[in-house]
Amino acid sequence: MRWLLLKDLRILRRSPLLVSLLVLYPVVIATLIGFALSRGPEKPQVAFVNLVPESATQIELGGEEVDVTRQAGPLFRAIDPVRVDTREEAIAKVEDGEVLGALVIPKDTTRKLQAGLGSAEVEVLYNADDPVKSSYVRDTIKAQIQDANNALTKQLAKAAVEYLNLIGTGGRFEIFGRELDVLGLRRAEQLLRGSAQELPQRSAAREDVERVIMFARLARDNLDLSDEVLSSVGTPISVKQTELDGGATPLSSFAVAIAVTVSLMFITLLLAAGTLALEREENAFLRLVRGLVSRTELLLEKAGLAAVCSTAVCLVMLAGLGLFVDLRWERFPLWVAGVGAGALAFAAMGLAVGALTKEVRAASLLCVMLSLPLTFLALVPSGSVSPLLFDVVRVVSAVFPFKPTLEALDSALNDTGDITAPILHLLALFLAFGAASRVALRRFAG
Amino acid sequence: MAEPSGSKGATAQPDATPVLEGRDLVKRYGDREALRGVSVSASRGELVAVIGPNGAGKTTLLSILAGIQKSDEGSVSRAPAEIGWVPQQAAVYGKLTVAENLELFARLEKVGDPRAAVDRMLDLTDLRSRAGDQVGQLSGGNRQRVNIAVGLLGGQPVLLLDEPSAALDPRQRERVWEFVLSLAEGGTTVIYSTHNIQEAERHAQRVIVLADGELIFTGSPSGLEIAVEDGVTGGPPRDFEAAFVAFLRQQGH
Repeated sequence: MRWLLLKDLRILRRSPLLVSLLVLYPVVIATLIGFALSRGPEKPQVAFVNLVPESATQIELGGEEVDVTRQAGPLFRAIDPVRVDTREEAIAKVEDGEVLGALVIPKDTTRKLQAGLGSAEVEVLYNADDPVKSSYVRDTIKAQIQDANNALTKQLAKAAVEYLNLIGTGGRFEIFGRELDVLGLRRAEQLLRGSAQELPQRSAAREDVERVIMFARLARDNLDLSDEVLSSVGTPISVKQTELDGGATPLSSFAVAIAVTVSLMFITLLLAAGTLALEREENAFLRLVRGLVSRTELLLEKAGLAAVCSTAVCLVMLAGLGLFVDLRWERFPLWVAGVGAGALAFAAMGLAVGALTKEVRAASLLCVMLSLPLTFLALVPSGSVSPLLFDVVRVVSAVFPFKPTLEALDSALNDTGDITAPILHLLALFLAFGAASRVALRRFAG
Repeated sequence: MAEPSGSKGATAQPDATPVLEGRDLVKRYGDREALRGVSVSASRGELVAVIGPNGAGKTTLLSILAGIQKSDEGSVSRAPAEIGWVPQQAAVYGKLTVAENLELFARLEKVGDPRAAVDRMLDLTDLRSRAGDQVGQLSGGNRQRVNIAVGLLGGQPVLLLDEPSAALDPRQRERVWEFVLSLAEGGTTVIYSTHNIQEAERHAQRVIVLADGELIFTGSPSGLEIAVEDGVTGGPPRDFEAAFVAFLRQQGH
């Protein structure tokens, strides 16, 4: 078996283009998939028209000057604004496809906010040529405007609370440049108590004054609660996030697990299937199994070669990715276990493909055709399809090594759970595909 | 079934003791019988050609003798490891050099001194000057010589060749036959199948004719001509190929 292994390595060494493709193709594909999964879309270009005069960008709320243009800050971090001067210009840019959408702030926006009578309205225009980007633009602007609404609502609530406090306790208040002294319910109550003492007991006037005193106290007590009520108006529902399952894998680390699993799958499948099919293509198979090596030894040699080579490439890949992503090197032995078990299962699957196809080119094509759907199936999130279909997806994913390899690597890299179960799963798949390839090898004799 | 009275030797006269025997070999593929109780034998240094029309069972017979396939009935006197086998298409690695191919199979055959075996085969095949060339870059004839050399590495006394000159041009064919004849002269028993009737007549000391899985003649090429002359036409056939066709017709095939 050693000589066969050396022979295969020698053949690989003499096929530099093939080996380069075998390594580079999956690494490039894996990196692209990793980026696609770990990064959102690029910032969409959105035309932005602010028709509010510069002199009117500030409004006074609750005695505080609020610069409305500052509320646009978070929005501009989420989009790539293309500033234009008029609404027509913005519409033209959207129609020409230069931008995906337009946001128009009408000139009366701050006046409406200042008056507090009815909502101020902003206008959003979309380009629906690309439904995905259009949806992204719509959601981004909607979310940012919601944030701005929340901020302004808080400011309005704060102003309202201050007015209510003024009514309750009294104090000084400035309006149109004139300072007024507001009596307030507390002081009104004190004044009324003093006046009531001077009125005769049981007189109708005293009873009326005491009723007014009671009302003033009741009103003041209830106004004390109003600031809490108004504060909750700003954020009526807050979100408390709790992750129940799947650990707390950072997106970048999960993308690394996916990238390495994809690379491992391609390299191992293609190597195992290709080297086995080559024995048939070179007509050497029958010569070999005529007593030189057993069929099982031949399969083990191919599986070992594919698994060792792909494990080495993927560990190097992990080391390389570790320069850009924070990986936990103290878990290196678990990385080796996860990658190695995955490589064995993929190798056995590759052998089954190689034995079925008998030709290197057909084997390679079938490997690629199988790999992509298996990858996408394994990445289908729960809830995105019907429960029945998701059960089918789970069963199909469990029959092939991609999903358990991803679980093993996620566990090894990110400590998301016990690695034993996925490794045992992979070893079971190794045995099952190994047995299938041993049976399929009968086709080689034909 | 006609029996030969003698043999037409292209090489040294063989020793009469059989070195390989296949007895009552039967092979079925589903309902179809590819071999029907065929018995063959060959002596040391003998050159035996297996001929017959397409689907006669030639490759099946050689595969069973070589141990590639198992027969449903019957037996073969030697284990596969004791028989050299050369498949019709070169079973060597195109990306390896001539010497590397020979060394690989010598090591897999567990030959005592693999490098000496490689040297011996390079001399025998006259391929020493091409030892460092990748087999994929060789001509069809040279590739077939490497293929045959690999079949001989184990030093087995019997060599089975499945259509060794198929797809070769006349010059390449000639070189292969020079090589095979030299082996027989050295005492190796050679059994080969061929579609080329002239090749059987020219090189074989004995021909085995198969048709529809049955052995219908075994004897010398001249014996086949005599059988035809006696049985069908009443006159001598114009050549061996005509005799062969006439014999098949005479036997109902």
